[in-house]
Amino acid sequence: MSRTIFTVVENCVACKSCEIACAVEHSQSKTLAGAILETPPPQRRINVEGVGAYSYPSRCQHCSDASCITACPTGAMQRDCGTDAVFSDSNKCIGCWMCVVVCPFGGVTADQSSKKALKCDRCPERTARGEAPACVAACPTGTLLYLTPEEFAAQRRQATARAAVCGEQPAQTNGMDILRSLKGAN
Amino acid sequence: MADTTLPVIEGALLKVAHDKGFATARDRLEVMSPQCGFGELGTCCRICYMGPCRIDPFGNGPKTGVCGLTPDAMVARNLLRDTVGGTASHVGHARHVLLTLRDALNGKAPYQVKGVSKVMALAKTFGVPTEGREVNDICRDLVNIALEDFGRQDELPNNWVSKRAPAAEQALWSDLGLMYSNPHNEIETAMHATSMGNDADPVSLMLRVLKMSLIDGWTGLTLCVDLQDILFGVPEIAVTEAAVGVLEENSVNLAAHGHNPVLSEKILEWAEKLEGEALAAGAERINVVGVCCTGNELSMRHGVKLAAHNSQTELILATGAVDAMVVDIQCIWPQLAQVAKCFDTAFITTDAMVRIPDARHIPFEPHHADESARQIVQAAIDAFRRRRGKPVDIPQHKSTAVAGLSVEAIIDLLSKLDAEDPLKPVIDNVANGNIFGFVGVVGCSSIKFRDNAMTEEMVKHLLRQNVLVLTTGCTAHICAQDGLMTSEATYRYCGDGLKAVLVVLGKAAGLDGPLPPVWHMGACVDNSRIVDLMVALAERLGVKVGQLPAVGSAPELVQEKAVSIGGSFLALGVSCHIAPAPRILGGPMVTKLLTEDLQELTGAVVRVELEPKGAADWMVAHIAGKRAALGI
Repeated sequence: MSRTIFTVVENCVACKSCEIACAVEHSQSKTLAGAILETPPPQRRINVEGVGAYSYPSRCQHCSDASCITACPTGAMQRDCGTDAVFSDSNKCIGCWMCVVVCPFGGVTADQSSKKALKCDRCPERTARGEAPACVAACPTGTLLYLTPEEFAAQRRQATARAAVCGEQPAQTNGMDILRSLKGAN
Repeated sequence: MADTTLPVIEGALLKVAHDKGFATARDRLEVMSPQCGFGELGTCCRICYMGPCRIDPFGNGPKTGVCGLTPDAMVARNLLRDTVGGTASHVGHARHVLLTLRDALNGKAPYQVKGVSKVMALAKTFGVPTEGREVNDICRDLVNIALEDFGRQDELPNNWVSKRAPAAEQALWSDLGLMYSNPHNEIETAMHATSMGNDADPVSLMLRVLKMSLIDGWTGLTLCVDLQDILFGVPEIAVTEAAVGVLEENSVNLAAHGHNPVLSEKILEWAEKLEGEALAAGAERINVVGVCCTGNELSMRHGVKLAAHNSQTELILATGAVDAMVVDIQCIWPQLAQVAKCFDTAFITTDAMVRIPDARHIPFEPHHADESARQIVQAAIDAFRRRRGKPVDIPQHKSTAVAGLSVEAIIDLLSKLDAEDPLKPVIDNVANGNIFGFVGVVGCSSIKFRDNAMTEEMVKHLLRQNVLVLTTGCTAHICAQDGLMTSEATYRYCGDGLKAVLVVLGKAAGLDGPLPPVWHMGACVDNSRIVDLMVALAERLGVKVGQLPAVGSAPELVQEKAVSIGGSFLALGVSCHIAPAPRILGGPMVTKLLTEDLQELTGAVVRVELEPKGAADWMVAHIAGKRAALGI
């Protein structure tokens, strides 16, 4: 099975490095210095949402049974047969926003300047080179991971097994726990 | 934050802004949220260009900076730079006042010495002879003592700290290596020590934080306030009003915003002189109103009405009723120029250091103060002429407020109860528990804490438990607007012990009712007045300041100045409540140092509480501990 992007929500500190890296990857120049000068400015496809003391990088989940593909009347929304990533062909997109309506994650943006659907394409140029998508590569806390579902599940199993065998890990004093306890859960 | 108790005044002001289609700071904060965790934790370092570096708080990524700097050193270095920002602001303000006083004495600036009693008191403190001398001559000696502090290159202690601070605390500061000579040298050293490849020891850096805070306390605040009192007079108890309802539809509304009375005193003077022109323009009068801390300065010395605290500044412009807003230094939001543009409001910057695009700049410096002040007042009258007859939207909320409680005013008042030993009535009532303790509520107003009315609610919890509240700065505005500086507040919110004391004091002051339970002691620079009062009480009791049943609180921290003011309280041994959390949590050793281990050094700790009741409960418990240690 193909690799996709997983989120370890408790690691997110809302630095928004993923948002910046995403926009840069979807720019003409692919550099931060170049991207900030482009017209129209490049658009990000990942959004860090705040929920109380926590934050969550929200984006397309590249669902196996993707309702956006089913709902798209022009065939713009499709699946890449090589990477399994769901992407929108802007030449076919008519801006009807059916994909926006049906996506359960709010993962599709209705871009007002181009009148086209914008979404995560899982960085096909980077992954073709064997690199992780830009957001994953930019994440400094291991919130975003680029793994197959099997690899992700195996990591979780291993962690659970360790906790069961070795007992609870000692409480971290990394500051985020204090910050979150101060702010409260919501 | 679970509670939503947005104060009525803020609600009314926000409605005005939103009805007119303005985005406000709250909207901008929403767009900005969630805010970066690295920034909040203090573990983002941008000091050198191998960075920016960030420490992964979960231990998966980077554990040190590229140079190997540890998270504790990183947060301490960043905190020191915050403290330098705060101290530089106050020291810059102080030096400006000092040079104005010098030039006034030399006949080069149109200001006179109004605080003769302060001159005499300081002459005694500094050993300046007074017998048979002119006031201005005595003043010149004081100015030279202050100038020496800014110019010396020896290791001798700074005059202002060594003569004004209590002796026991000075001995402690000497032991810890915190005494300083020239504030400018220390600001330079701190910036140098925090640049790439210098001090990397978190404990050494944290001692530098305390030293920088001491400089803020004694040169930034105390020297500044002493000299401001010499120039503009020592505040006396005065009744004023607070909140947006002090704007008047048919008057020239001239709002003075910022911190430095060298400007606002002249504005007030020229507003009186040009009253005739305002009448000729069809106005009922010129209504000078105070905003932020220069508002507090005017209110303390002249009873000028208080229109807005810092986080309301853009909102009062959205009423369309402010004809001119003139600003000097510190806490001036660039956004103000944009709102002013929509209403033809004259938004006037005056200091070369505070230039804002789309503002009108009228340079103001003390030598030509009269001409600049005349131009500024004239601009307000011209703006009124253009506004006259157009609709305005002024929420009719305001409250009475007693201001002007300088230490001198408080002692005067207490002298009416006991002329020989004025502090005795306070001491007695602290001992018998009628006054359970004191909290100095200081600092800013933050849109992050207006939804739960943090300051108002915290203060009310304190009053119920017989804690007397001393306040300055924007928290003073908040309390004034909420009616906490009235006799009614004493009846409504105070515990029985505190109520009884304030009734007696109110009678002595000749007020109609009790003295208010929240004492307006001035602008944020006037935190030295709170310290002076604490020092006087400690000396009368024969204990150290840190032993008093007293706590500091900055419940809505925004500005770097509040960080350095808090540090100056900590150096004195006075524990501090603070909200939000200072940006140190990414450094576990520094966090423990401030919240626990500092107790061993100065006797003070820092406590973060984001909810009003939690904050008040901690302070009351802390005060109870101090009382128990004193055996009362």
